[in-house]
This record gives sequence, structure tokens and C-alpha cells, in this order.
Amino acid sequence: MDYELLIAIFPQVVLDGLLLGFMYALIALGYTMVYGVLEFINFAHSEIFIFGAFVGVEILLSLQSVGWLDRLPWALVLIVVLLAGMLASGLLAVTVERVAYRPLRAAPRLIPLISAIGVSFFLQDVIRLIESVWRNAFNLVYPTIDVMNHRFELTSTMDVSVRSLVVIMAALAMLWGLHALVNRTRIGTAIRAVAEDQAAASLMGINVNRIISLTFLIGGAMGGAAGVLFGIQYSLINPYTGFIPGLKAFTAAVLGGIGNIPGAMLGGLVLGLLEAFAASYMSLLTGGAFGAEYKDIFAFSVLILILIFRPKGLLGEVVRGRA
Amino acid sequence: MINAVAAVAAVALSVTLVAVFPRSILVFLAFQGSMLFVYAAPRIAGWLRWGLLGLSLVVLMPMIGSVNGYYLEVATQVGIFAALALGLNIVVGLAGLLDLGYVAFFAVGAYSWAIFGSPHANLIFGGGFPLAPGWFYVFLFVGLGVAALTGVLLGLPVLRLRGDYLAIVTLGFGEVIRVLANNLDKPVNLTNGPKGITPIGRPPLPFGIPYSEAFYFLVLLIVVVVIVVNRRLEDSHIGRAWEAIREDELAAQAMGVPLVRAKLLAFACGASFAGVMGVVFSAKQIFINPESFTFLESIGVLAMVILGGMGSIPGAVVGATVVTVLNLQVLKGFSLWLNELKNAGVTVLGYSLANLPTQLEPAKYERMVFGMILVVMMIFRPQGIFPARRRQRELAQAQVDKEQVAVAGAEP
Repeated sequence: MDYELLIAIFPQVVLDGLLLGFMYALIALGYTMVYGVLEFINFAHSEIFIFGAFVGVEILLSLQSVGWLDRLPWALVLIVVLLAGMLASGLLAVTVERVAYRPLRAAPRLIPLISAIGVSFFLQDVIRLIESVWRNAFNLVYPTIDVMNHRFELTSTMDVSVRSLVVIMAALAMLWGLHALVNRTRIGTAIRAVAEDQAAASLMGINVNRIISLTFLIGGAMGGAAGVLFGIQYSLINPYTGFIPGLKAFTAAVLGGIGNIPGAMLGGLVLGLLEAFAASYMSLLTGGAFGAEYKDIFAFSVLILILIFRPKGLLGEVVRGRA
Repeated sequence: MINAVAAVAAVALSVTLVAVFPRSILVFLAFQGSMLFVYAAPRIAGWLRWGLLGLSLVVLMPMIGSVNGYYLEVATQVGIFAALALGLNIVVGLAGLLDLGYVAFFAVGAYSWAIFGSPHANLIFGGGFPLAPGWFYVFLFVGLGVAALTGVLLGLPVLRLRGDYLAIVTLGFGEVIRVLANNLDKPVNLTNGPKGITPIGRPPLPFGIPYSEAFYFLVLLIVVVVIVVNRRLEDSHIGRAWEAIREDELAAQAMGVPLVRAKLLAFACGASFAGVMGVVFSAKQIFINPESFTFLESIGVLAMVILGGMGSIPGAVVGATVVTVLNLQVLKGFSLWLNELKNAGVTVLGYSLANLPTQLEPAKYERMVFGMILVVMMIFRPQGIFPARRRQRELAQAQVDKEQVAVAGAEP
């Protein structure tokens, strides 16, 4: 085995893992916040996430087609795209909740879950339909902004692009903002109260339905931001791209303890790092017998193992009747 | 009496129409509709009902197949999915365990015959393969056993989980099986990766029946067996235990239902049906690759069960028919029709259809159909088209409970 190579690529793997991890963390927040208030897995969140990426790419492509993409300051473009993606995804999440989940709130547990799976499938093809009609293509590529491809060489085996730095900083800002919102504002207090006990919160004068909508809005917005960042980082998107990252982000949420916001962040980072290590080292360690293509299996095995041995996750508290 | 005459007339008329217009999808749908009518029509003598259904399926369907072979293919596919839906119906409908990776068991069955029934096994064991075609019949049971075993192996670690977690884990499991099928062409070439395995052996047949008809009858036979087994299970000791678990796990456990054993049995039973059909599927297709066993297929089967009604046997069959026909015929037919209109240069409201984007392929929108079925059914008719009687009562009870809570809440 080539130990020198193992050590040499280590920092790059950590960096890749962190990037992936921040992405998972942002998506995982949507799952965990909704689970916190409704105890329900919002299966359609992966499509809400990829919807943000599509809104982002549409804006960038239209800017490009009128030739403004290179003329406007890139930071401004980035902020506009991020905000638009967040807004669109957030509104989509609220709509989905209103149409497909709210009528089922009193139904047996599996019923809203099945509805959510339906929404997920439906949205995938709706996005495909719209893009097919609009652009006659549904595999879209994020236009590149030249500045963001610039790479800093940190060591001889490790470099970092402006793009990656932007993704990490945006993710950090978003996570910090959410943390502040949930812990330091009245709205955040209301969200936590509804998660704790809906009936009691309602008796305290909190409009539970509005708070649930708000939770979907915030979770969806985080997903939309993740979508835009995902597009910027990995460029190629199609309507079905969101599914696997969504599933992994759910794994991350469970890993951190579902319903727990810092847990989702931690779980995302841990899963991202684990996956980056699995993808880079599996082939080296097994002499090429098993390669990076097993990284998905790896993530699911992690999920199964946590659920068996520590169903409440890394930071989760015990909740009655869970798992 | 009127109903009986109507039933006979419906079958006779639709068959005649199919004979006259062998290419019309609508007419074939009418034939299927007539069978549904015969099944559901009230106040018909039992012998007439079952006689007509038997006649339609055993005699008329192969005759239609001799006029238009594609319809027999559709009917065979319907049968395969009906068996899958019936298997999933045990897991989801009776035992209330949402399994999102069900197609994995189908894959296990399919690969078990595909590997040994084709020269592929030579790569693993050296020589002596493919097995003689007669082994196919043995492998029907091998596939059943292997799939059931897989079901138990999956079930053991995950059955302690609560419903929604179980759903996600089974989904992960389905993906794991697919990724394995995709990548196990090294270090040992078990599945030949994405290229798939071919040619897979077909069974020897008596009397020189053509394969298309033979597979139709084989699938029909298996579906009938599966229905009988399902029917017997439903009212058996274990069937009652499953429904008890579905209604209330804690109460069932308190009443002495061995939870883990009952759940494992549900997984194994459901998986075994899929395993058998997997073997038939691989022989029928001659070629299989991991693309046939995606998450989309699992959700398709789930949509069939939901559409028909969870826990309902006729529901699963009707659901399988509707969804398969929708996929294979209606969407495809719509695609063809749209293409014809495009090529003919038809304009609608001043918009020339020839300008329609080429990426717009109605046949590719099955996810939208599945998704709509799931959401609409959950919101408006969670008990399905043909609800199981017990399930219907349960949902009605939930409604009453809800209203009572609402009333109690309104009191000062």
C-alpha cells in the first residue's frame, strides 16, 4: 500500500469532505426542522432542494444570454441568485405543505409519508416538464464565473478554488443565521414551542399553522440555498439529481439526532467527511477491488448502523416512541 | 338478471371490437374494463362471474394475443406486476410496514436464475453452465427461497424501527442491492455490472406452445396461486396477527403477538412472491440489467397497492392493471399520437405542434403519474378503489374519532 499517497491526499480529502458536509448540513436542516414540528419525514425535500438549483441556473443563464453575467460584480450576482433560490424553494415548500400534507395531519402516520413520496416524484417530472418545454433540455450546466474558478495552491497536493471558499462561507453564514433565528428571536421561540408541544403552544396564543408554514419556509429556503451552492460547486444538475443528496442529508439528520438543529449540522459534516474518505481511500485500501462507486452503500450502511445502535443520533434526546 | 346479461354482453362486445380493431388501445381498454365490470357487478351468480372471468383470461386473452401480440405482452406484464403488488400488499397492506425497496427482492430472484441459467456462471465456477432449461422450474422455488431469505436478513436488523424509519432503511436497502448489481463485476464477476446478463435460458415447454403464450399462462398460474395464498393468509392466525400489528403494535404485543416473528414472516412472504416473479421475469426477458430494478419500480408497485387499496387483494390486482396499462399503453399511445400530430404539422390555436420541443416525451413521465396517484389517493381516498373491508372500517373510525375530538375541543 502506498502510505505516502494516503498521507499526501489527506488534506484535500478533508476539504472535499467539508464541502460535501456543509451541503448535507444545509439540506439536512430542512428535514430536521420539519421533523421537529410534525414528526414527519418530508420526502419531497430533495426536490425542493434541487428546485433551488434550477431557479439559480435559470437566472444565471438568462444573465448570461443578455451578457450581464461578466459585467455585474460577481458577488452581487451570487447573492441575488442565492436569495432567489432560497425564496423559490421556500415558497415551494410552503405550497407543498399546504396542498399535500396539511389535509393529512390527523391521518395515520404512513399516509402523509406516502403523500410526500408522491410529491417528490411529481415534482421531479414537473421540473423536467417545465425545462423540456422551456429549454428543450433538462440536464443543465451552471455557467461559470471566471473569478470563481481561480485556485489557490495551499500545498503541492492541495488547492482550493474560490468557488469552494464561497460555498463554505455561504453555508457557514446560513447556518449561523438560522441558529440565531431559532435561538434568539420570538419567531424562533415560537418554532421551538410548537416542536415541544403543539397543543400547549396553541394555548399560549401561537398560531400553530402559521408556525408550521414558517418552518417549511425556512427549511425550504435552506434547501434552496444548498441547491444553488450545489449547482455552483458541481455544475451539472438534472431533475433527478436531488434525490441521492436528499437521502444522504436525511441520513445526516438522523446521524445528528433528528429534530435537533445543531445535530443536523454536525451530522452533515460527519457524513460528508466519512463519504469523502470512503470515496478516496476505499479503492486504495482494498487494492482497487472496491472503488468510489460504493460510497452510496457506505452512507446507507451508516444510516442502518446508527438506527440500530443509537437511534437517537449523536446529539438527539430521547423522544417517546421514536424508532 | 339484467346484470348477468350486461356482463355477458360487455365481454362479448368488447372482444368483438378487439377482433375488429386489433390496433386500437381504447378497445383493448374496453376489454379490460369489461372484466372489471364482470368482477364488480352486483347480483350475478357466482358461477357466471367466475366463469366469465376465467373465459376472458384463459381463452379470450390468448385469442386477442394471436391478433395483436403486444396485448399479450401487456397482459403478461400486468400479471407480473399483479404478483408483485400482491406481495407488497402483504407487507404494506396487511402488516403495515412501508417497504420502499421491494423491487430488491424481485432483483434477487431475477439474478438467481439469470446467473445460473446463462453461460455467465462459467466465469464464477469455471464450467458446466448454463444449467439445463428444465432447471428453470426448480429455480422458481430457489428464487422464492433466496428472496425470502433476503427478506429475513434485511428484516432482522431493521424491524425494531418505527414505521417511517423502516421506510427509509428499506429504500436504502433497495439502493444497496441496485448498486451491488451495478458494481459486482469485480473483484468477482457476479452480475456483469451495468452491461447485464444475457442470454438467460428459457424453460422447456410441452406441446410446442409459443413462448409468449407460455409465459402468459405461467404468470397467470402464479398470480392465481399468489391470490389463493393471499386469501388464505388474510384470515389465518398470522394474517390476523399482521393486521393487529398494523393497527396498534403495542396492543398486539400485549395480546401475545410475537412482533419480530410476525414481521419477519410478512417480509419473507412478500419477498418470496417477488422472488418467484423475478425468476419468471429474467427468463421471459432473456436479458436483465440493474436498470430494471430501480427505486422507480418500487414506487410503481407501491402506487399499485395504494391505488387499489392497502390490504385489499382485488385492489392490488386492479391497481397493477391500471398502473401497468397506463404506463405501457396510455402514456406510450399518447406519445405516439403526439408525434403523429407533430409530423402531420397540426396547429392548435395557431401554435404549430411541430414546434413542440423534442425533449417532451409523454412516455417518460411515469414518475408524474405515480406521484399524482399517491398524493391524490392519500388526500381523497386513502382506502383505495377497492378497499379492504377492515381497512375501510378503520379509516371511518379514525374519522369519527377526529370529529369527536373536534366536538370535545369545542366545549368550554
